[in-house]
Amino acid sequence: MGKWSTMWLFTKKSVTGALIGLTISDRYGFIVPVTGSSMHPTFSACDARFPGYLKADVVLVEKFCLEKYKFSHGDVITFKSPTNHKQTFVKRLIALPGDWVQVPESSEILKIPEGHCWVEGDNAACSLDSRSFGFVPLGLIQGRVTHVIWPPQRISQVERKKAIERISPH
Amino acid sequence: MSTAGSRIASFLGGAAARFGKVPWREIREEAFDRAVLVLKAACFVHVVNTYVVGIAFVRGPSMLPTINLTGDVVAVERVSPRWGSLAVGDVVILLSPENPRKTVAKRVLGLEGDAVTFLVDPARESASQTVVVPGGHVWVQGDNIYSSRDSRQFGPVPYGLIQGRAFCKVWPPEAVGLIGQKL
Repeated sequence: MGKWSTMWLFTKKSVTGALIGLTISDRYGFIVPVTGSSMHPTFSACDARFPGYLKADVVLVEKFCLEKYKFSHGDVITFKSPTNHKQTFVKRLIALPGDWVQVPESSEILKIPEGHCWVEGDNAACSLDSRSFGFVPLGLIQGRVTHVIWPPQRISQVERKKAIERISPH
Repeated sequence: MSTAGSRIASFLGGAAARFGKVPWREIREEAFDRAVLVLKAACFVHVVNTYVVGIAFVRGPSMLPTINLTGDVVAVERVSPRWGSLAVGDVVILLSPENPRKTVAKRVLGLEGDAVTFLVDPARESASQTVVVPGGHVWVQGDNIYSSRDSRQFGPVPYGLIQGRAFCKVWPPEAVGLIGQKL
């Protein structure tokens, strides 16, 4: 009898914890490891598979910015990949709706349509970003990366870096 | 004067004594317990609403005749978009690609890899166009092709914008019923 009631209590506590955790991560913010090398040197490059995965930088993502979709140029954001909804990417926001952006390594200048943005990785040589899949709808954005919280020696705030020379605001 | 003063004094003394006897500690604990209970309930509602089934209010001319002009409340299930089991003909709720703060209801007319033929401007001409939906995208259109802003204007939309599948109208009472698939 005592064993069963302990187990019941344990289950109840875990379910409650999971509910509260899910709510917080959906509404306010969450932490997530960043794998891959597209955001090097802002986040250290690491392998996406198991042993290297453990060395990934863990970042804090806040979701308050989604209430009004207010972003600044140079914010680091996470968003669902437009080509595969199960993948989530971390990139830097280069241009916002209405801006004109010059595509790197070409002379093309594009106007960002309403409700979209232009994102690029910090490590241009090794990044799958707007240069290959084009504009990203703002609705795919999951949050804004504010801090690196792990490993301890890299704890820091994530800075905004603007690419002023390449965008001209509307 | 003195009698009134002593009465007031005794009243205040009695009040202080009663005040002291109020079980503040128990009240505080109970208030805390109640607050935790409300918080848990709110979390439960949020999780059910985001992961299992929620409701949405849809209005506007674009989904006539499936959804009324003045607005219907529909039940939205969140499971099948997450599992990737959406089919052509389902009515979905998605964030508008043109304005992320707006949610729109449209019908899925093509999944990735499908070829979709549509009338470019049905009100004026009969010219049609065929496109192949790229990977990770869906083609959505309103049922009322004359008054709908959809994939014909803004192109295929990423699957990640889909918030759920509207499967049932729940309000007003005379409109209650399942929303079927339609091609």
